Amino acid sequence: MTRTVLTHDEIARAIRRIAHEILERNKGAKNLLLLGIPTRGVILAERLQQSITDIEGQPVAIGSIDITLHRDDLRLRPPRPLSPTNIPTDGIDGRDVVLVDDVFFSGRTIRAALDALGEIGRPATVQLAVLVDRGHRELPIRADYVGKNLPTSRSENVRVHLVPLEEIDEVVIEG
Amino acid sequence: MKFPKHLLSVEDLSRENAITILDTASELARVSDGSIKKLPTLRGRAIVNLFYEDSTRTRISFETAAKRLSADVINFSAKGSSVSKGESLKDTALTLQAMGADAVIIRHPSSGAPQRLAEAGWIKGPVINAGDGTHQHPTQALLDAFTIRNRFGEVGKGLDGVKIAIIGDILHSRVARSNVFLASILGAEVTLISPPTLLPVGIENWPAKIRYRIDDHINDFDVVMPLRIQRERMHEGFFPTEREFSRHFGVNQDRLAKMKSSGVILHPGPMNRGVEIDALSADSDRSLIVNQVTNGVFVRMAVLYLLLAGVNQGLGES
Repeated sequence: MTRTVLTHDEIARAIRRIAHEILERNKGAKNLLLLGIPTRGVILAERLQQSITDIEGQPVAIGSIDITLHRDDLRLRPPRPLSPTNIPTDGIDGRDVVLVDDVFFSGRTIRAALDALGEIGRPATVQLAVLVDRGHRELPIRADYVGKNLPTSRSENVRVHLVPLEEIDEVVIEG
Repeated sequence: MKFPKHLLSVEDLSRENAITILDTASELARVSDGSIKKLPTLRGRAIVNLFYEDSTRTRISFETAAKRLSADVINFSAKGSSVSKGESLKDTALTLQAMGADAVIIRHPSSGAPQRLAEAGWIKGPVINAGDGTHQHPTQALLDAFTIRNRFGEVGKGLDGVKIAIIGDILHSRVARSNVFLASILGAEVTLISPPTLLPVGIENWPAKIRYRIDDHINDFDVVMPLRIQRERMHEGFFPTEREFSRHFGVNQDRLAKMKSSGVILHPGPMNRGVEIDALSADSDRSLIVNQVTNGVFVRMAVLYLLLAGVNQGLGES
């Protein structure tokens, strides 16, 4: 059984609102670095970048960070392929890094991302923007910017569909 | 993604497996370009370099690859070990297993030794063949393919349509065997150029063309790969003199000039400068020999990651 919990328009409004929140808290885009976590975090980061540029009239730095090699559950499954990591050439030192991901669940992905960032440099701050927070945290990690809070049961699956990976933008819950 | 438990031969790999290894190596190379030099992925694992033959590149390359993934490395070289006192492969393997080896990388003068190690049940983890006799050297072929793909192909794809010439001592070369079969899996076209005495029985069944002269077709090739004469494996006469071999089959400036302008030179190393390749060609800007060595670390990191980091299909849940 599948139900839609966020439509295309609701996703777009959430992204716009998060863009405003990021700019308000960081007092502009100057020192920001948006890092999307592949695969859908990267698409969301690009949309946030577009939104921020529309609002502020200024460009904002963007990249991606693949956390596969820092996962804590590698030994439990067959080997996973790697996704691209793209960090701007001047690095992350002193920057306000905003990690961007689609679904926030156990928190282990973000823990891995923090480890990966630690190997690369020393940001001034690390903040987290997620489209959907579905609860069930297993680690003491929290998000700074949330598109929608979605109480779920563990047996349900939250699926985020984004163009161009899928045909339309939507968030659905299965089960 | 299904991977074999061991890497004994390139023939263990499907086309998808081979492309995944190359793609993983690509991403690892990019990550290493930035400031991430060390990854925690294999922390706590002990990897043994079990080398019964001399090696510079391969052993150091595997060691570097393992260390960059935070694994612990134990180096065993036959010289200076109890092998000189007559200790067998079995007892050496049992000793390493008893000390907690999670994977063994083995180079051995006998073809088939890695397979024996993999199937005998003396060690539990994956076995990676770093060169066995005249049989296979899979990671060399993978790094050669990676180097070629960086120049003539792209991430996500194979080597379709690339024309490769391998020249020289095919008979004794595990590198030639691995390269021919991997190239064929990836869609490249291989031509072997060698005096008839240096071609093995059954060569007509290999997925490669055979020629006995270099000069007629040298401008066909995108990649030219000369091989060292494996004197240490030769117990008969195969050609009159090295000088004559060099004149007929050596890669030199004249032949380099006849190659197509986009053509490149690879060599698995070590080189005998002046024999199969002259110094000027080896050091020319058409030579990717140094790139091969750098790429070897990334390809070996990819192999270690894919065989060790996840649940290994053959191993079951650990």
